[in-house]
Amino acid sequence: MAEVFFSSGLQAHTGGATRATVEASNVRELIDALDQRFPGLGRHLRSRMAVAIDGEIIQEPLLERLGASSEVHFLPPIGGGS
Amino acid sequence: MSERKFRYVGTRPIRHDGMDKVTGRANFGADFTLAGLLVGKVLRSPHAHARIRSIDTSRAAALPGVHAVATSADLPEQEHGPGVDMHDLTRNILAREKVLYDGHAVAAVAAISDRIASEALALIDVDYEVLPPVLSVDEAIRPDAVLLDESLRCEGPDPKPAGPTNVAARLQIGRGDVAKGFAEADEIVEREFTTQAVHQGYIEPHAVAARTGADGQSVVWCCTQGHFAVRSYSARLLGLDVSQIKVIPSEIGGGFGGKTTVYLEPLAILLSRKAGRPVKMVMTRAEVFRASGPAGGTRIRLKVGVTRAGRITAADATLLYEAGAFKGSAVMAGVMCMFAPYDVANVRLEGFDILVNKPKGAAYRAPGAPMAAFASETVLDELARRIGMDPIELRLRNAVREGSQAVYGPKLKAVGFVECLEAARNHPHYKAPLGPNQGRGVAAGFWFNGNLQSSAQVSLNEDGTATVVSGCPDIGGSRTSLAIMAAEELGIPVERVRPVVADTETVGYNDVTGGSRVTFATGTAVIEAARDVVRQLRERAAALWGIDVAHVKWEDGRALSQNGVTQEPLGIADITRKAAQTGGPILGRSSWMAKGNGPSFAVHIGDVELDPETGRVVVKRYTAVQDAGRAIHPSYVEGQLQGGVAQGVGWALNEAYLYDAQGHMQNAGFLDYRMPVASDLPMIDTVIVEVPNPHHPYGVRGVGETPIVPPLATVANALHDASGVRMCDLPMSPPAVLEALESRR
Repeated sequence: MAEVFFSSGLQAHTGGATRATVEASNVRELIDALDQRFPGLGRHLRSRMAVAIDGEIIQEPLLERLGASSEVHFLPPIGGGS
Repeated sequence: MSERKFRYVGTRPIRHDGMDKVTGRANFGADFTLAGLLVGKVLRSPHAHARIRSIDTSRAAALPGVHAVATSADLPEQEHGPGVDMHDLTRNILAREKVLYDGHAVAAVAAISDRIASEALALIDVDYEVLPPVLSVDEAIRPDAVLLDESLRCEGPDPKPAGPTNVAARLQIGRGDVAKGFAEADEIVEREFTTQAVHQGYIEPHAVAARTGADGQSVVWCCTQGHFAVRSYSARLLGLDVSQIKVIPSEIGGGFGGKTTVYLEPLAILLSRKAGRPVKMVMTRAEVFRASGPAGGTRIRLKVGVTRAGRITAADATLLYEAGAFKGSAVMAGVMCMFAPYDVANVRLEGFDILVNKPKGAAYRAPGAPMAAFASETVLDELARRIGMDPIELRLRNAVREGSQAVYGPKLKAVGFVECLEAARNHPHYKAPLGPNQGRGVAAGFWFNGNLQSSAQVSLNEDGTATVVSGCPDIGGSRTSLAIMAAEELGIPVERVRPVVADTETVGYNDVTGGSRVTFATGTAVIEAARDVVRQLRERAAALWGIDVAHVKWEDGRALSQNGVTQEPLGIADITRKAAQTGGPILGRSSWMAKGNGPSFAVHIGDVELDPETGRVVVKRYTAVQDAGRAIHPSYVEGQLQGGVAQGVGWALNEAYLYDAQGHMQNAGFLDYRMPVASDLPMIDTVIVEVPNPHHPYGVRGVGETPIVPPLATVANALHDASGVRMCDLPMSPPAVLEALESRR
């Protein structure tokens, strides 16, 4: 089960929840599951977020595999000046 | 990571492009010429903010010698979208409804001479309705502020402005209980900081030549940090297929992030397509300042608490960043980097991306981080003094390590911040005596380091030399670093490896050279391609010897038989000369979407001397310590560190975009926009720390961004040490310092 952590910016979409435990084999499945639990969150995560999986920031994460106990952080995209 | 012994990694060979560069033979953007070349020029707005009622180009088009005139009407409309917003980009390269900054491009012409092109610009009639400019974040966020874009709505979590606004986004990260953290603090410092817009200051201006053939294929020569990005953006802006544009990168005279977007390139293609002749466009220095992207100005409010034992208990900050004319400042990176070096339990950091009537910002080394670190590292210096603790010791007591939960979210893997702090504390500079009116400051910095997409090829030649082909323009010595990595795998001298930066049709896709990603991401691709080549070399040697490939070892550039039968070792040339007999040319390839570029940390020590009569501050000694993971070519790592320091010192002491009340830039030239020159700086000492990145075969981390992060606070802290004056507004130019000194008296 992946453990997902929500930054304070995302907690408006999770009813204040700071973390969730989700069964998913990749990030796409994870987002789908989160969207079922927190309706509307999925659209936000797909459009604006990078993901850190087990400490590693992934910029195009949808098909990224999750381990049995992965720690997942959704991060705002790191940009500036593009 | 295994303790591999390197033969070429860590050496300092002469760069392959060095001779051409020091003898003036290298070809930069403005060097290209073609038969029938036209001169392209841009008409720029004289107003910082105005509605365009009409543009009449008929008189310009009728001028003899003019071959093409273009306005935004020649470009298809674009939609807003994620990533690079093409709706905004098309309006930045040619204004539509409004001009949004002094120098905003309005129209472009192509003519047979510079003089006629200039005359044509003067014949373009633009009817403006001049509007009041918005020149600071303070003006922009006022409830009654003039709006740059009436359709803009603030994105992000509440609380945020409702309805039309100049605030494009509100961003927030945090954790813990900030109020509780401050209640636990023995000392709290709360301050406000401002920084001004600054330019990357690349010596080479933006330059492009474009030729369009009768078949509609356009070829573009330009100086850029990403020719694949130029191709992609230009195709989308012009409504062309990507395959209709080929981009050939020139050598590049500096970029620092500022050449990761497009300004002239789509215009040159458009004009060449309209004129049926090649068009060359080169910005003047004034155009570079007025109309390319600086790092925007900022206002940052920050409050930090510590215990007497030196533990940071809480941090609370609000960061307001100028985006320029269109959304997309680097505020999020500023928010995320601000306390990234420290393990802080209670944090609330929010940022605002704010439109103002200045050029749209562009990336500039560690975008967003230097301003944030100026605030946080200055406050930490003040807190260290309050509790009587050595400033490096304070940082050590809070430093992130492997397994620390970064303020921006994830747990960190192997990082070298503690090692950098210890190296700084143990450096002779840190204990050296200071002279009269001198002071010493320290500060730290962080950058994530980028990944993105890279492709590379390694091919072997019949004489045993090798060619490394990549698609990342070389802005910091990356070509030679890539050659070193190929040499290491192949086991041949670096001088026998020729690195080439190929055009968009000759190598697979590569994202921009930026984010300190090339030596890591493209370097990994080169290593994989070279390993593919070595695999093929072993197969070919096995075929020549008639033995199983499992019995062939590659060592020191030679195939060695391991089956107990003595064979004369085969070098690369022995194998490639017989390649036709064993299967044909030997070529290795690798492409990937990189991940795992480890973050880097830096610690800087700076000494300044203050002239109390004039307020002039001179940097007398400077040492930059940084974790490079593994320095492939130490000279280029040191060069990155020194360059970042030089730019950071300029940001700290002198550089600023200056505007009049109407929003006209007042210092669009190097005489008035004062960047440091060699005589302004001491020799910048460097210390390379190597805590290997476990995600790179050799341990590489990006290095180019981080060194510009600490200097702003390093210099400010040193000035405080010298004078007792805490400067929170940049630049710390002589008049500003003098005013601060006098207000204290």
